[in-house]
Amino acid sequence: MASETDTTAGIEDGVRRRDFINIAAVSFAGVGAAAVVLPLVNQMNPSADVLALSSTEIDISAIQSGQAIKTSWRKQPVFVRNLTPVEIAEAKKVPLGDLRDPQTIDERTKPGKENWLITLGVCTHLGCVPLGAAEGENRGDFGGYFCPCHGSHYDTAARIRKGPAPKNLVVPPYEFNSDTVVTIG
Amino acid sequence: MSFPWAKNYEPQQPLMKWLDEKLPLPRLVYNAIGAGYPVPRNLNYFWNFGVLAGVALVIQIVTGIVLAMHYAANAGVAFNSVEHIMRDVNAGWFIRYAHMNGASMFFIVVYLHIFRGLYYGSYKAPREMVWLLGVVIFLLMMATAFMGYVLPWGQMSFWGAQVITGFFSAIPVVGDPIRVWLLGGFAPDNAALNRFFSLHYLLPFVIAGVIILHIWALHIPGSSNPTGIEVKDEQDTVPFHPYYTAKDGFGVGVFLLIFVALTFFSPNLLGHPDNYIQANPLSTPAHIVPEWYFWPFYAILRAFTFNFLWIDAKLWGVIAMFAAIALLFFLPWLDSSPVKSSNYRPLYRIFFWILMADIVLLAVCGMKPAEQPWVIFSQIGAAYYFAHFLIILPIVSRIERPLPMPNSITEAVLAKHADTSSAATA
Amino acid sequence: MVRPLGFLVGLGFIAALVCAILTTPLKNEPNASHEFHKHPRHLALSSDGLFPHWDKAKLQRGLQVYKEVCSACHSLHLVAFRDIGDLGYTEGQVKSFAKSFQVPSINPDTGEPATRDGLSSDYFPSPYANDVAARAANNNALPPDLSLITKAREGGKDYVYSLLTGFQNPPANLPKELQPATGLHFNPYFANLNLAMAPPLKDGQVTYADGTKSTVNQMASDVSAFLVWTAEPKLVKRVQVGWAAFLFLLIFTGLTYMSYRNIWADKKH
Repeated sequence: MASETDTTAGIEDGVRRRDFINIAAVSFAGVGAAAVVLPLVNQMNPSADVLALSSTEIDISAIQSGQAIKTSWRKQPVFVRNLTPVEIAEAKKVPLGDLRDPQTIDERTKPGKENWLITLGVCTHLGCVPLGAAEGENRGDFGGYFCPCHGSHYDTAARIRKGPAPKNLVVPPYEFNSDTVVTIG
Repeated sequence: MSFPWAKNYEPQQPLMKWLDEKLPLPRLVYNAIGAGYPVPRNLNYFWNFGVLAGVALVIQIVTGIVLAMHYAANAGVAFNSVEHIMRDVNAGWFIRYAHMNGASMFFIVVYLHIFRGLYYGSYKAPREMVWLLGVVIFLLMMATAFMGYVLPWGQMSFWGAQVITGFFSAIPVVGDPIRVWLLGGFAPDNAALNRFFSLHYLLPFVIAGVIILHIWALHIPGSSNPTGIEVKDEQDTVPFHPYYTAKDGFGVGVFLLIFVALTFFSPNLLGHPDNYIQANPLSTPAHIVPEWYFWPFYAILRAFTFNFLWIDAKLWGVIAMFAAIALLFFLPWLDSSPVKSSNYRPLYRIFFWILMADIVLLAVCGMKPAEQPWVIFSQIGAAYYFAHFLIILPIVSRIERPLPMPNSITEAVLAKHADTSSAATA
Repeated sequence: MVRPLGFLVGLGFIAALVCAILTTPLKNEPNASHEFHKHPRHLALSSDGLFPHWDKAKLQRGLQVYKEVCSACHSLHLVAFRDIGDLGYTEGQVKSFAKSFQVPSINPDTGEPATRDGLSSDYFPSPYANDVAARAANNNALPPDLSLITKAREGGKDYVYSLLTGFQNPPANLPKELQPATGLHFNPYFANLNLAMAPPLKDGQVTYADGTKSTVNQMASDVSAFLVWTAEPKLVKRVQVGWAAFLFLLIFTGLTYMSYRNIWADKKH
């Protein structure tokens, strides 16, 4: 066992080199583990087929003035409402200062198509689907949408007016392909 | 439970001291796989495979949990959901191929671990319990692997499930009801697929539990070693950490290199093309083969073609196949030789290598279609397999004269080094 | 107790096996079709080996062959139109390609089954409504889906290529029972020798946009390359990532070896 206790001269160098190699090996293991964690985390992001469904075409020709339809985009409800002139006027009348999330109706619709209000049907409070898109549903105190979960009231431009929701209903990105067809997404 | 010279865990930082008083988990790890576990100094690379099997299990559990986030256990969509993982899920192809080839790596490593145990007599007293628990782990692994192979719902999945559950129908009287009960139907279908998924998810955690018992049982006598001589004093051992953690680190590197080469460069090498065809209950593949790790047992199953005595051939095959594994439970008592390591057992060593060749032969027979000459080879191979364990081994352990053995591990190590240094000077 | 009992059990198994050996005929049943069955011819592709890449022009030609020839009978249900972006098409080209297919849909007014123009998110439509319809239209033979065909057949792309180019007249010495029945076609690369698919390709069948001469051999090779891609669109990426991982691990393993040698430097073992 002589050799075991018999550590050679130049111990300083030996120890340092040895430490360096051990540290390098352990560091490499750490980097490798991190590199493997990346795909294991990334796999939970939307897959290619889910991302491919990111645009939806909607035919709006059948929606009469004052009516709305519920459709879906990325598996979320979308409200498409054909506003009446009265509803537009009502929305325009509200002073911006009174709004929790100040936005004009023009900012929420496309120029020349301001009777078409397209929003996600997802309450900005906790994600319930507000009522008011279908015929006969409660439209709340302001004639727009009403979320029954916690009592958020939206006006005719789907802006939050009363209740716990912090923001207006979200307007998704969309384009008019023609007068009757809209592509959302 | 350990040697008196084992180092004691002494926490330095206040936090670790506090933790050690409330929940001595660091102490447990320290004594299990840290500096507190003295291990014979002369272990060779064959002693790496236990840790590698642990690594393989962790890889399987991690990739498996991730796959379960995307897989759908429904006979209608299971096949497509696997292809969805392969094509659309972010890095899904990597995770799926890693899981698929990880199973093969797990078996390669465990087979080498078992062969190590057979060669060096690791199953003998005082480590019988370690061996018995190991056989339990092996059985659980086989069940898990079989059920996992059914999940992609390809042709081999389906017909594998059909054939393996068919084993049970060989049992007289109760066989058919058992088979129907196992499948939840008259053929593999949604019910079977769902329960296989459930159990495939569960069993790896059971395996992990039995591994803890396996390691616990190992730590009572301590690790065996290539000489088979028990540890006598402190000179014979080194602390597990850093000595064997470093050696196992290198082992893990080599393991991962092979694993990565298989997964990325040839992921379907060990698979079967038929499993890329969706399960079709109306059409059997021309040639049903199980995964490679079942080939030797499949060969034993098919070797029995004669209705011997009052038992028909099918039941003989099933009994023999299960017996081929079950006899491992009796191995510590079948081999009565007090000498553990085959290095000192000249006669047994010959038969050990014949057994290895025999298992390879059986594996080849299991892969081949049931045609000559493979049928007769599998019959001869199966006969040797049983003869080896049940007849040859007990006789050899009686008549064999072991070679002279060193007095201690240290003596063996020093003798080896004296040899090599004198050889170097000569 | 264990050893005597084990001895008896062992003798039992061996006796059963000896009887099995003595009663199993040593000669295999003669199988004439083995003699005429040929191994697939090798098809070298850019996606082979350890340094693969996609030959996009070839894959595009293969897609054209699939669309104009194979898709009449064979589905490709795991492949979406959006996927062909990998073959070097722009988003606009993918959209118009998708639009050239009619995919099943529902008439929004009546709820009746209908069709509509394909979108990039749609999958290649099946030529038949279901398997029964497919069999009825094909003399009771089911044309397999081609998405995974190069992974689902022994021999892979070589097999597909050989099969497509391997139609020929039966050899003169072919036994009568192996002669193709009506509606079947002799092909030595097919396991049963006779296959329900008629020779699908003939010279000049498609007009390649890039001016490549559309011989049977060329088309078979192109479509096989395309089907390698459909079976595993991530193949090239897989090998590339593999090299990065492999080289990283090579260094890691080298370091662990040095670390191991260092730590053991003063211990004989």
